[in-house]
Amino acid sequence: MGSLSELYQNVILEHNRSPRNYRAMAGADRQAHGSNPLCGDQVTVWLRMDGDVIREASFQGLGCAISRASASLMTSAVAGKTRAEAEALFGRFQRLVTGTLEPAEAETLGKLAVFSGVSAFPMRVKCASLAWHAMREALNGGKQQTGNREPEPSE
Amino acid sequence: MTAATTPTARAGPPAPLDVERLRADFPILAERVRGKRLVYLDNAATTQKPRQVIDAVSRFYAAENSNIHRGVHYLSEQATAAYEVVREKVARFLHAPSARQIVFTRGTTESINLVAQSFGRSTLQPGDEVLITGMEHHSNIVPWQLAAEATGAILKVVPVTDEGELDLGAFDRLLSDRTRLFAVTHLSNVLGTINPVRDLVRRAHAGGVPVLVDGAQSAPHLGVDVQALDCDFFACSGHKLYGPTGVGVLYGRESLLEQMPPWQGGGDMIASVTLERSTWAPVPAKFEAGTPMIAQVMGLGAALDYIGEIGLASIAAWEETLLAMATARVGEISGIRIVGTARDKASVLSLVVDGVHPHDVGAVLDDEGIAIRAGHHCAQPLMQRFGLPATARASFAFYNTPAEVDALVRGLQRVRTVFG
Repeated sequence: MGSLSELYQNVILEHNRSPRNYRAMAGADRQAHGSNPLCGDQVTVWLRMDGDVIREASFQGLGCAISRASASLMTSAVAGKTRAEAEALFGRFQRLVTGTLEPAEAETLGKLAVFSGVSAFPMRVKCASLAWHAMREALNGGKQQTGNREPEPSE
Repeated sequence: MTAATTPTARAGPPAPLDVERLRADFPILAERVRGKRLVYLDNAATTQKPRQVIDAVSRFYAAENSNIHRGVHYLSEQATAAYEVVREKVARFLHAPSARQIVFTRGTTESINLVAQSFGRSTLQPGDEVLITGMEHHSNIVPWQLAAEATGAILKVVPVTDEGELDLGAFDRLLSDRTRLFAVTHLSNVLGTINPVRDLVRRAHAGGVPVLVDGAQSAPHLGVDVQALDCDFFACSGHKLYGPTGVGVLYGRESLLEQMPPWQGGGDMIASVTLERSTWAPVPAKFEAGTPMIAQVMGLGAALDYIGEIGLASIAAWEETLLAMATARVGEISGIRIVGTARDKASVLSLVVDGVHPHDVGAVLDDEGIAIRAGHHCAQPLMQRFGLPATARASFAFYNTPAEVDALVRGLQRVRTVFG
């Protein structure tokens, strides 16, 4: 049973209040859009590349604290990483938020480890992953992309 | 705020509810979630079920199960009769002239799709117009988009004011000699606005335009009288009426139902079938192809009996008290804005918290055992109208209490603390 304070760790609340790299990037090499029809979250991710290396990442969008903080921390985490390193980091992050990460891998996540509480809230996994999906889409060509094509709930 | 809009709801002073006694009928209300007592404020999404409904469904399967309209054996005869008795109960509940005008469907969505596919596709011509409003649920938008796409008809939309009411001046201007149908929600699932349906119907009928009323939200909260409203179609769902999911109702004006073609073919809806052609059963069977949701209909019958015993006037009065209390208390919390401030409202309180996404509001409340809805409520065009990605929505039923309003207020204060 996850607790609210594990979900909303202080680092997450702080990045939600003051997200890093929150801007449209002039002269970006790549950009992609992600949306989550379930809750209406929207995010655009911009990348400036230097060959195979992500020099700089930025984002803008509308979303909950988890998706906003995740995008903010991601833009810092992928800067300076090669494409393959960024992809591998995304893989570890996905395993973290879905609760399938090997303990040994946890140490390699740095600040991203604050999202460990998400795994107890399955509805929030998509929030945490949205910007990452958009980042990967940008790396892979930068088409319009939708993070999670799940049907919207009705009532 | 006045919830009473029909003669039924207005008849005599409503009897006060013994809420604690009624709550005891709902087993789920005694459940604990996340270690807290459940505070269920998501009634616009679906209502909880009283023991009487749960028992009716299990009794049907345990002792009465049989297919209807086909057997000569005892159980089938009994089930058929019981099924038709519920049709009559629905007709009385909606004040329909006759049970022949009640079609059982899977829910409001299917009821509207039935009209869009049958009435819409058989009458709409290229350039014809279907008029809807800016506060419709997706289920009263998308079926008309599909019908318009198939026929070349055009969708027109009545705009919504900042308070969350329909712009009636625009409504009059949008009614044209090409308008073939007006489809409108009776009670907005996002704003709580009660639309002046009787007046809208009068104006539409003056131009010969039939009106479909989406009553998914109104049927549980307002006394509905389809003859007083004078609407041509009325759609509602069993599961928002304390009944089972998977059953709903379409009321239709008899002359329209008679002229409409079937929309699904199969057993039960035919008069005769040869390999060359088939003829249709009379209404309502013409629209009920295949084995229907028999157990759910039995559950709906029990739900309508249950509501009837309490009385919709008493239900409406209590819910009005709760909504007024919640509106005043929530309005006092700084940094919270109520979305939807129409003069006539019922049951629904949508809000946004400054700087906090509704999803996060919902998560904090959930941690307190409080169930609300956070999201776009299947009304994205309305969200776009208000420039919001989503809202948090509390929606009340007669089994809610002032203590639960307190819990909501404390929960919202905690939201402000966590994200302050």
